[in-house]
Amino acid sequence: MTSSTVSGATAKQRSRRSRVLGRLAFLSPGLAYLIALMLIPLALIISYAFFRRGRFGGVVYELTGENFTRLLDPIYLDVVLDSLKLATAATLIALLVGYPTAYLIAQLPARWKTIALIAIVMPFWTNFLIRIYAWIVLLSGPGLVNTVLGKLGLGPFEFLYNQGTIVTGLVYSYLPLMVLPLYAAIEKLDPQLREASANLGARPARTFASVTLPLTLPGVVTGCMFVFVPSFGNFVIPELLGGGRSIMVGNLIRDQFLKARDWPFGSALTLALLAVLIVLLLLQAWSARRA
Amino acid sequence: MRKPRLLYVPFWATYVFLYTPIVVLVVMSFNAGKSPYSFDGLSLKWYGKLAGNATVAEGLVNTLIVAAGSTALATMLGTLLAVGLARHTKSRLLDGLGVLPAVLPDLVLAIGLLVFYAMVKMTLGLHSVLLAHTVFGMAFVTAVVRTRLTHSDTSLEEASRDLGATPLTTFLRVTLPQLMPGIAAGAMLAFTLSIDEFVIAFFTAAPTTPTLPIVIYSMVRFGVTPEINALATLLLAVSFTVVIVAQRMTRLTESLS
Repeated sequence: MTSSTVSGATAKQRSRRSRVLGRLAFLSPGLAYLIALMLIPLALIISYAFFRRGRFGGVVYELTGENFTRLLDPIYLDVVLDSLKLATAATLIALLVGYPTAYLIAQLPARWKTIALIAIVMPFWTNFLIRIYAWIVLLSGPGLVNTVLGKLGLGPFEFLYNQGTIVTGLVYSYLPLMVLPLYAAIEKLDPQLREASANLGARPARTFASVTLPLTLPGVVTGCMFVFVPSFGNFVIPELLGGGRSIMVGNLIRDQFLKARDWPFGSALTLALLAVLIVLLLLQAWSARRA
Repeated sequence: MRKPRLLYVPFWATYVFLYTPIVVLVVMSFNAGKSPYSFDGLSLKWYGKLAGNATVAEGLVNTLIVAAGSTALATMLGTLLAVGLARHTKSRLLDGLGVLPAVLPDLVLAIGLLVFYAMVKMTLGLHSVLLAHTVFGMAFVTAVVRTRLTHSDTSLEEASRDLGATPLTTFLRVTLPQLMPGIAAGAMLAFTLSIDEFVIAFFTAAPTTPTLPIVIYSMVRFGVTPEINALATLLLAVSFTVVIVAQRMTRLTESLS
């Protein structure tokens, strides 16, 4: 600043003005965009959930709680509970498969480590729908899995279109999101801690339970969130692999908006989905603070 | 330390699980027969069929328009926002708001935008998808550039100001060049995510302007055809190349800096 030539008060005024201008210039375009295309849309979903559905599919601006009482209807509640169950199953399987994989990758020599990690991420960078399609090809009646089993004198089995297929699809789609945070947590772990535990006479299982697992718990929680969140709200995988028989809450929401044209009830369902995810995020924040 | 042998079972199982479907897709795309399940000799005929498929070509063009447009918009808005968040405010609320679209489930954003577009009576088309993709693209650009800013040295900006440069000059000639690698990385991320995005596009596109993922979705729903395998193989080749090139480039820049 050329403060020597300007009186103190003017310099202060000027710097305040440039601060305000800076704020406006840098913050306002992005924030305005987020308000218009994210906050207002979210506010619309929240408010529509309290309105009534018009007879021809529009929204009648009359306050009501009926959309939320309808959520408790067993037909819908079962779908929500089923989604919770399927997403939880996918998360646990991804954790059971992903943990040992991430653990081994962390022990590899540096060169192989990079290759192993890229190989984990690579499928994730290919089109999501095509990865699901690949499973239809594999698991369908005359598909590869049945052909191989047939050679062994087994089957053919009806693999497609059940809850197990949905879980397989979910694990397949989101496994990389489990392995990466687990790897990051395991990699940070000081190997001397494990050695110390072994030297003090702990068996590998004991070392894992009392040293490795507690110290990598934040990675476990993050990985589980990364798999659970996109699984719970999914509608593509249950539709393509579930054959429409066992639908998840995402399908229900999609149908309310695009088929049944009941936007208020669809909004209430979306809020229920958000509520579950917010509870999980709070749990994650809580566990991170404890760790 | 002894490596537990038993761990190799889930380790290899993971890779077999991840790659079996992909390998099968690629092999079957060169199948001469019509059945997607049995291999009847080598042929490129499905690639020929695909090349003549106007819907796929149109979807690809739409996707590229949306990705390029939303990336340009997201990069500008996101970079400004990141600088604003890092240098012009201490609000943690605004910080959280800036990355919220990246953590919000895609279905929630998709529905919110559908409802919003209906309320303002905007007709759906490529522009509505482009504006929608900008929302999450911006969040990723903001996040990447923001990280770079917190690690960057502010003394250069101070020196520029002390030497009498206006804030605009300082931003354009000092801050921006320093941020370039972060901006490029953020833009690349926004572009790739937009190309692959299905859920938001599905809700905000018009039936007459499907993006490539929407075209793929209808093909997959319609049934199993070797044409999808050919398309899948081409897309796989593109993504694999991009990942490998990006990897090489980061290694190169790392070794240079």
